[in-house]
Amino acid sequence: MRPRNDLWHFSGTREAALAVLLFLYMPIVALVAMSFNVGDSLTIWSGFGLRWYEVVLDNDDMLRAIRNSMLIATIATFSGTTIATMAALAFARGSFRGRRVIEGLIGLPLVVPEIVAAIAILLFFVLIGFRLGLVSVIVAHSTFTIPFAFLPIRARLADMDPSLAEAAADLYANDWQCFRRITFPLIWPGIAAGAMLAFIASLGDFVLAFFVSGPGATTLPVYIFGMIRMGITPTVNAISTMLILASVALLSLSYLLGRRFR
Amino acid sequence: MKRLALLAALVLLPVLACPTLVAAQSKELLLFNWSNYMPPELLKRFEAETGIKVTLDVYDTNETMLAKLQAGGTGYDVVVPSGPTLQQMIRDGMLVNVDVGKMSNFKNVRKPFDKPEYDPERGYSAPYLWGSTGIAYDTALVKGGKLEDTWKELFDPRPELVGKVGMLSDLGEVFVAAAHYLGIDICTEKPEDGQKILDVLTRQKPAVKLYNASGTADRVGAGEVAMQHMWNGAFFRAHKKLATLAYIYPKEGLNLWGDNLAVPKGARNVENAKVFINWMMEPKNIAEASNALGYNNAITGSSQYFIDAMKDEPAINTPEEMVSRLKPTRVCGKANTDMRNSVWTRLRR
Amino acid sequence: MIRGVRRWGLVAPAVAIVGMFVVAPLSLMAYVSTLDRGPQGMVAWDRHSLDAYVQFLFERDLTGRLALNTDYLRIFGRSIMLAAITTVVTLLIGFPTALWMAFQPLRRRTFLVFIVTVPFWTNLLVRNFAWILLLRDGGVIDASLRKLGITSAPMEVLYTPFATGIGLTYSFLPYMILPIYVSLEKLDRRLLEAAFDLGADRWRTLWRVILPLSMPGIIGGAILVFVPGLGAFISPELLGGAKSMMIGSLIQEQFGQSRNWPFGAALAFVLLALVLTGLWLHALRFRRERRLP
Repeated sequence: MRPRNDLWHFSGTREAALAVLLFLYMPIVALVAMSFNVGDSLTIWSGFGLRWYEVVLDNDDMLRAIRNSMLIATIATFSGTTIATMAALAFARGSFRGRRVIEGLIGLPLVVPEIVAAIAILLFFVLIGFRLGLVSVIVAHSTFTIPFAFLPIRARLADMDPSLAEAAADLYANDWQCFRRITFPLIWPGIAAGAMLAFIASLGDFVLAFFVSGPGATTLPVYIFGMIRMGITPTVNAISTMLILASVALLSLSYLLGRRFR
Repeated sequence: MKRLALLAALVLLPVLACPTLVAAQSKELLLFNWSNYMPPELLKRFEAETGIKVTLDVYDTNETMLAKLQAGGTGYDVVVPSGPTLQQMIRDGMLVNVDVGKMSNFKNVRKPFDKPEYDPERGYSAPYLWGSTGIAYDTALVKGGKLEDTWKELFDPRPELVGKVGMLSDLGEVFVAAAHYLGIDICTEKPEDGQKILDVLTRQKPAVKLYNASGTADRVGAGEVAMQHMWNGAFFRAHKKLATLAYIYPKEGLNLWGDNLAVPKGARNVENAKVFINWMMEPKNIAEASNALGYNNAITGSSQYFIDAMKDEPAINTPEEMVSRLKPTRVCGKANTDMRNSVWTRLRR
Repeated sequence: MIRGVRRWGLVAPAVAIVGMFVVAPLSLMAYVSTLDRGPQGMVAWDRHSLDAYVQFLFERDLTGRLALNTDYLRIFGRSIMLAAITTVVTLLIGFPTALWMAFQPLRRRTFLVFIVTVPFWTNLLVRNFAWILLLRDGGVIDASLRKLGITSAPMEVLYTPFATGIGLTYSFLPYMILPIYVSLEKLDRRLLEAAFDLGADRWRTLWRVILPLSMPGIIGGAILVFVPGLGAFISPELLGGAKSMMIGSLIQEQFGQSRNWPFGAALAFVLLALVLTGLWLHALRFRRERRLP
């Protein structure tokens, strides 16, 4: 729709972007390659084989950890992003009293060192009698993903043109309609980015998940960190490769669905 | 909006359709351990023989496990603490007395593991696997092909090894090794001793490539370091990759550590835990763990089931003359812990 | 757009959740930092002591007197330095990337956002080990460089601060790129056209129009990189060789082998105070600046 205009083209950005993508994916290629290692080293190649994939698929505890992580990350992302979106919207229209304090409050989970937050929340849960399990991790993660989702959405909402909302109001749209048809589509990239950051934050978290989980609720990062003592095997590479494939599958799925419903 | 909902449903459906996590059944055991410290086949065999299903939850270090249990995160049936942590837990009253010493398989436990300092009647714990922490080096990279049996080789490395030394990062190991080297009691509380140890470590630091306890087998096997402060089981794994490696039992004494099985307070299936612990003292069963993990155990009669590689490896199958060099770890007082912290922080500030 | 009551309704869940699950537990932790250490580690709930805070700056020598101890200040300083450098580097390489992404056609943009985060579906440890594989002497990069004749000696990057920098930049890149991208992507092209019409060239436009308008994204990214970066310790330990201590490891150890929970808590609060002060100072300065209409 927009004509490809050379005025928008800043020389060097494409090269920089491609270099960055290369940088991002170099270790991933190495990682995926090592998942096919026959030996048990993550860094010494001994030959090609699918041994570690078999080990993963045969190990119930590992599979449960993967399932737990996916479940927790999905739910925590959803709730964290929703809460963050609502909060960001509240900030969108001008200043209000207590704004700085609330901003600081929302950013608080970022500042606290993970181990301190984890033990603090555990002590708190025990104090109020909240039973540890999968739900306790979901609650903790939902809280801690809020700032990750909040910041991109807030960045998106900053300097949002207020005349659009005024026009909508002039046309008799109520708040919900205004949100659904004007605001939401405009901030959607922010929400998507926020959700992605929240998701990877939750998926990668080890400390919080360890301390507030109950029996049976071990997550993937916890499981992997627990392998350090006896030596990490390429099962970790195999799992990571499978997760990457799953994410690519998810992307393709949403792409296809997108085309269907357009 | 619609597509988002559909997408979410598709993602969540298979996840939610999976059977929900265990409600309290009677035939289950909640094991709290490192991820790969018990072979899955062994646990499956346990389930087949006793009908008790084992669910594994994971911790990464003794300390985080202790911190979690202390803060109230209980609910596990069997936990696998190392000696000092076990002693801590007994002192704090965090364990259930399951009278291991009176179990039917206890007779298989050999000395000195049957009456350890930290649990003299073995009321709370059973021995699992044990290991030593010595020095590993690549004979091909040393002039003359052999190093002396002393900590001096590690703390004052030969010129060709400078910059290629790896150390562990565990306070309990580094401090203790230096203490043995200097002939100082590992539980010393004298500041002068702490200073001497700090001096030794500081002098060594420029020759050290890194302080890290993970991936030692890979590192040594790949030649990243020529000499490594190493656990004997990790050495065994590295030795399989690089035949020119050798393991030293330093004459000044080296750390002997052991892991144990115990039942924490708050366990829901204490009877099942007892069955498990007793089962693990069976020579054939514990041998399977040893073979899979490369560490020795405390049960007489299990070595006949060892794989040949284990039997022939002096780092695992400690030769008679080296046994006296093994010095068990001990829990020390608060002043000693503070001193260790202070040395460690000073070293890396 | 949002009237008074509605606004409070919107922000209430966030405040409630953070209040309950962060502020309340933290208050508990603040209490812990004023307690004395228990005989076996953890805390003695009935004994109070401000030793933890004193320990940050002072230590007792053999006669019991307090002497200034700069160990912890050094550690803090080092972590702050490292986090700052990481923020700057991610900004320098992230901004052009986000700029390029923002000007791509729509379909490709969504795809790119996803592509930037997929590597982080993998685990931190396994990513660090992949970097070890790449960076070590004789590893993939070193061998390739030598084969191509670009270098002749081992590059000796692994287990140095440079390797730590690479690891940290890598881990935090998406947290910088995405907020900036999101900010840039909504840029009204008409503003750029107007600038061109007024005779500005591309670089002037970049400096005077694009950069200021993407400030919210840059700030968001900077916060998401710098603040968690202060507590980072996995990459410094695995890739940097752990020869220098970071705040993250220091605090972690207090709850681990050092068995000094009050001190760990105290350190966390010193860190919190530091960051809040920094943000507050920044807010003061920012209030004076005027944004472009």
